[in-house]
Parts: sequence; C-alpha cells; structure tokens
Amino acid sequence: MGRMRKLLIPGVDKKLLVKDAMKVMPDLTRRRFISAGASLGALTMLTGCDVVDSDSADQFLAQVSKFNDAVQAWIFNPDALAPTYPESMITKPFPFNAYYDLDDAPEIEGKDWKLEVRGLVDNKKSWTLDELYKLSQVKQVTRHICVEGWSAIGSWTGTPLRDFLKLIGADTKAKYVWFQCADKEGYNSPLDMRTA
Amino acid sequence: MSSLAAAEDMTQQEPAKVIQPAWVRAMHWTNAVAMIMMIMSGWQIYNASPLFRFSFPGSITLGGWLAGGLLWHFAAMWLLMVNGLIYLITGFATGRFRRKLFPITPTGVISDVKAALTFRLAHDDLSKYNYVQKLLYAGIIVVGIVIVLSGLSIWKPVQLQWLTALFGGYDTARYVHFICMASIVAFLVIHVVLALLVPKSLRAMIIGR
Repeated sequence: MGRMRKLLIPGVDKKLLVKDAMKVMPDLTRRRFISAGASLGALTMLTGCDVVDSDSADQFLAQVSKFNDAVQAWIFNPDALAPTYPESMITKPFPFNAYYDLDDAPEIEGKDWKLEVRGLVDNKKSWTLDELYKLSQVKQVTRHICVEGWSAIGSWTGTPLRDFLKLIGADTKAKYVWFQCADKEGYNSPLDMRTA
Repeated sequence: MSSLAAAEDMTQQEPAKVIQPAWVRAMHWTNAVAMIMMIMSGWQIYNASPLFRFSFPGSITLGGWLAGGLLWHFAAMWLLMVNGLIYLITGFATGRFRRKLFPITPTGVISDVKAALTFRLAHDDLSKYNYVQKLLYAGIIVVGIVIVLSGLSIWKPVQLQWLTALFGGYDTARYVHFICMASIVAFLVIHVVLALLVPKSLRAMIIGR
C-alpha cells in the first residue's frame, strides 16, 4: 500500500480522486442516449449567461460530450481495427512526448519493476517483465495518433490486453480498464472495456 | 376621380422585392456563429501540436486548453453540420442554388474581377449575383463540405479509415483541414469587408430587402 501512494499525485486522497473521476466518466449504455439527447434542450441556457467560462457552459459541454459518445456508440462498428502498415513506414526517429525533456525521464530498473494488478479481477498477483514476456506475444505496425494531433507509425509487440484480462479473470462487465505508468507523477488513463 | 386614380397607382406599385428570404438569412447567421466557434476552437486544438512554425494567440482561441478546445469543437460542429445540411437540401430543393449561382463562366469572372478591383462593379440589383460572388459563394460551399469531411476523417481515422485514406492518410488530412480553414478565413475577411463597402447588401441579409 505504501508503494502505491508514491505513484499517485501527492496530497490527493486516492479514494476521492477515483470518485471524482467516476462522476465524469460517461455511461456507455445506450439507454442514456435519450436522456443525454433530451438535455440538449438546455441550449436555452446559452442566453443570458457568461457563455464561455462559466459552470453552466462546462455543464452544457459535458452533456454534449455524452451525447456524442451515445451517437458514436450507435453508429460505429465496435470491431473496427486500425489499419496496419509495412515496417518500412515506421516513423524514425519515433517522437518522444512528455512534459519533461528526454534527459529528465525517470529511470526504471527493468528487473525490479512489477506490473501491479488491482480491482475487479480474480488473480491479483504482480507480474515481472520476464513473466510477462513468457505470455504469447503479438506484433502489429500501426499508427499511433495522439489526441494532440501528431501521429507516428510504430511497431508494437506484446501480449494483447484482451488475453491478459482473460488470464487474470477480470470482470469484463466493468466499463473501464485503468492503467498507471511508472513515470514521474504516475501518468494514468482509462480505456473503455470494448476497446480493451 | 383623381383620388381613385391615385389609389390605382398605389395598387399597381410592386412591393419591395425580397432579396434574401427568411430561411436564407436565418441559416446564414446561424452558420456565421457556428463557423466562428469552430474556427476559434479549432485554433485551440491546433496549438496542441502545430503544423507550422506558429501558434494562435490565446486571446483569439476558444476553450483555454486542448480538452476545452475539443469540447467546444465537438459541440459547435452539430450547429454547423445540421444547419449546413438543411441549407444544402433547401438550396437544391427550392432551385435557389441553380438560379443564383449558375452559370459561372471564366470570361464573366475575369471581367467582374477587373471591374471589382477598379471599383466599377455595380450592385444595382442585389437579387442577382455577379460572377465574383457566384464563384466565391459556390466555392465556399464546396470548401465547407470538404472541411467537415476532412474534420471527420481526422477525428475518427479508424472508424472512417476509408475517408481518411481518401484525403491521403491522417497526416495529409490534417493539412487539408487546415488549408480549408485558411480559405474560409480568407473568404470571411473579403466577405465582411465587401459587405461593409456595400451596406445595402448587409441590410438585405438582415431584413431581407
């Protein structure tokens, strides 16, 4: 538990942090499409309020975002796969993207590092790199597209998350898989279960 | 007798011609609002990973940061797309596009551009567009369609990978989207300046005549 705390943003109660984040997470079930769609009638909110910076603007934007998620869930194919490319198209050099310089990147000792597992899973054992490498590996050359807009084609090798989740008995009825990196402040991000 | 004649004269007089029908005016201004929101939030998104060696100053962007820009962009897009789609359908269905925007001939464009640049382009009948107007208005509609499609292709490059491929792949599609934006901004500047130089055209777009 002590080791866990070092990875989180200092000074933040991790339980409250998760609770806050859960509130912002969209409900992926289709039922919500109707309620999210109906609240678009709140367009009238725009008159007579500080449109750009206020809380009501934020609320409105959040509602539209939920509506967008619902529309996408409705029209998109959940099994669509990213296009693959030949190795010759791999971006060289592959970009380094962080809020710190390459020289300031944290040093992680590979043989000491472990993948910690928590949450709605049967088997919470930790995994060393060697143990992970023993699992069946898959390779793909796909384009990584950052939300910032840049992209790079890279070669990715590893165990498909889907197989790993099955192996550890993860409850795939859960909505999200959350990962946390071993970098400076524990960069973390959720992945919706369907994508995983 | 004379008063009757005068009354007849009055009934013979044609009512002021409606140059811009109500639906055109409503959709025009809705588009203006939507387009400005799209451009400003688009600039905010661009700043997160600029394509060229410059960023847009924060004072003219919308959203505050990348996430904010994206939220505004994906909200205003509905206003732009729905209004735009209804405009296209109505424009074609009522025959307005055919009547107002065609034909466009190269000789017509050249002579009208020359007249415009020498301040000799007449605007007596606002209900008829000159060749410069026809070219730019038809052109901006096409650019509007391309910017929406290229935007969708960079937003969903996996789901819409066929569309992204049509634009030359993800990276090229980003440039297409940017160039369309630059074209729209250039059009905006010219459009606003000219509307102010010929104020009765602005009036027609507000009250219809």
